[in-house]
Amino acid sequence: MTNERTGTPLVEMRDISISFGGIRAVDGVSLDLYPGEVVGLLGHNGAGKSTLIKCLSGAYQADSGKFYVDGQPATINSPRDSRDLNIETIYQTLALADNLDAASNLFLGREITTPLGFLDDGQMEAETRKIIARLNPNFKKFKEPVSALSGGQRQSVAIARAVYFNARILIMDEPTAALGVHETEMVASLIKELKNQGLGIFLISHDTREMMDLCDRVAVMKNGQLIGNERVEDVTEDDILSMIIMGKNPKAAA
Amino acid sequence: MTDTPDSSSDPHAPKAQNVNLLRKFLNGTEIDTRLLGMFGALALIWLGFHFYGLIFKGFGAMLTPRNLWNLSVQTSSIGIMATGMVLVIVTRNIDLSVGALVGVTGMTMGILQAEIFPQYIGLGHPMMWVITAICGIALGTLIGSFHGWLIAYRDIPAFIVTLGGLLVWRGTAFLANNGKTISPLDDTFKLLGGGPYGTIGATGSWIVGLLACAVVIFMLYNGRRKRSVHGFAKRPMWGELTVGGLSCGMIIGAVLLVNAYPWPKGIVKQYAAANDITVPEGGLFISHGFAIPVLILLTVGILMTILVNRTRFGRNVFAIGGNPEAAALAGINVKWMTLKIFALMGALAGLAGVVASARLNSATNALGLLDELYVIAAAVIGGTSLAGGVGTIYGAILGALVMQSLQSGMVLIGFDTSIQQIVVGSVLVFAVYLDNLYRKNAK
Repeated sequence: MTNERTGTPLVEMRDISISFGGIRAVDGVSLDLYPGEVVGLLGHNGAGKSTLIKCLSGAYQADSGKFYVDGQPATINSPRDSRDLNIETIYQTLALADNLDAASNLFLGREITTPLGFLDDGQMEAETRKIIARLNPNFKKFKEPVSALSGGQRQSVAIARAVYFNARILIMDEPTAALGVHETEMVASLIKELKNQGLGIFLISHDTREMMDLCDRVAVMKNGQLIGNERVEDVTEDDILSMIIMGKNPKAAA
Repeated sequence: MTDTPDSSSDPHAPKAQNVNLLRKFLNGTEIDTRLLGMFGALALIWLGFHFYGLIFKGFGAMLTPRNLWNLSVQTSSIGIMATGMVLVIVTRNIDLSVGALVGVTGMTMGILQAEIFPQYIGLGHPMMWVITAICGIALGTLIGSFHGWLIAYRDIPAFIVTLGGLLVWRGTAFLANNGKTISPLDDTFKLLGGGPYGTIGATGSWIVGLLACAVVIFMLYNGRRKRSVHGFAKRPMWGELTVGGLSCGMIIGAVLLVNAYPWPKGIVKQYAAANDITVPEGGLFISHGFAIPVLILLTVGILMTILVNRTRFGRNVFAIGGNPEAAALAGINVKWMTLKIFALMGALAGLAGVVASARLNSATNALGLLDELYVIAAAVIGGTSLAGGVGTIYGAILGALVMQSLQSGMVLIGFDTSIQQIVVGSVLVFAVYLDNLYRKNAK
């Protein structure tokens, strides 16, 4: 286990802060992520988890603080910057355009074009069929707009998007919130598979048990601050809960 | 999984045989039911007005080559703008200023070709029409970009910006020439609006028609080939043949129609005198053929269809309409796209200004009055959803034809302007209601 933490971290966020109208949503948080590691972010609603992660994915711009990718300083001002660093995000709200089909969504903003600059829909659909067959063999509705798909199928599209473009750092904001039991298992096994391929994953969830199962490390936030950052072997579920609720790290106190 | 195409072979549904036959037809040809509905509405309007005229007036004027030819010309400027309005509405915006833009660009072009350019290049210069048209389209683009900038970068709602624009540019059109009408326009320029000389004649129309048929066949063939390359399901052969046959049939029908409308006697005499042709005893039959504004509309329609379906720009427009937040998170610059869409709308309004002023052979400050409503109605009747994300170019052009047919039909049977307005307004509301029903059923 320990050998995963050696070498350069995939991502390092140093002293990130961002405020909205006088409220410090994220207050001087530093967090890192190593290849093949799953780091869980926990905390109440409004604790700043999603905001922190949106700074990394380029949806928000941090007021202060620095990002390092592979040890190199990185500037993230837009979702495109983040993508160029091979950071892919699966949002809580499933950022899909409901009126478009799976292939159009998968390639949204990165469409495959023919040498003449026109869209190559056939190629995109073929690639989509290939990647989704791997993730969710039951997926058949390639021609229909994604509004016609079930929650799990939509999640497959969102995950396929991240996987297809060779993400090295994957951010998943409550990927199983809208899913049934079977589909949740599918996502869990996928997370394990991606982890084995050496991806670094930030996982946000409210389900403490699920987090204990999937993550290597958990980071707990409260009121925009990082309360604890512990390896799962070193803490109990109760420790995590007390960090979420009390905002105190029992490990640090001991 | 009861709604697979195979359901037509279900032995337990003898009653649904007809329904299944229709579904099989629609699946095989991949014809949109909405498209079918539009053609149905058009046929209903045409036949309705024709037989109303036949029964109550003793003469059905609707389905004559002359009227349908006129209809095609009248549809042009609304149709051109409706293609742009699709993009605007798809991205959840609206543009109320297009009519005023037609007015201000038309007026500007009138002044340019009648007063300003003659000072430099002389009256009747052969290049006058091109320079004037380019200036008009450029002005439209500029104003559209300005609207787009206010909407995207200054966060003023499109409704307000373009409502303001409607008043501002209509007022500007008046002030530009103190409300005076400019007429006549440049001789070549006015051909862009149609009229007997502004047509391509019988031979030209056949060439255009046959070329169009060739393109249809090539596209069907190419589509089939592409599906084979990736191993996707292909249309059945009979489906391809039906689509090809119907499309080519309609094109050839249109050519026969426009060629069946001859020049009026006076124009023939004038033309014969100018070209030293002796008119035979029974008169000379010179066909109109396709009018130039109609060809402009068709060209715009094709280019816009390519833009919407085949380019990254078009795909991103629809993504923004479906989910603006997702589009932004996918790295699409939504603000810049919005500006470009309004710039394009402005350019098309400028082009419509060219066609509209050329058709009237004059520039007046009332040019394009109330056009914004017809354009929006055309797009909406053509299936563009005001909720965003849904719409087609061909639908908008057909929608423009439907609106214009209604209008023209009512003029033919002698309805007052006031009744025309009541009917057009009611039809618009009813069409959107039908569309809602259609969408609910489609789900």
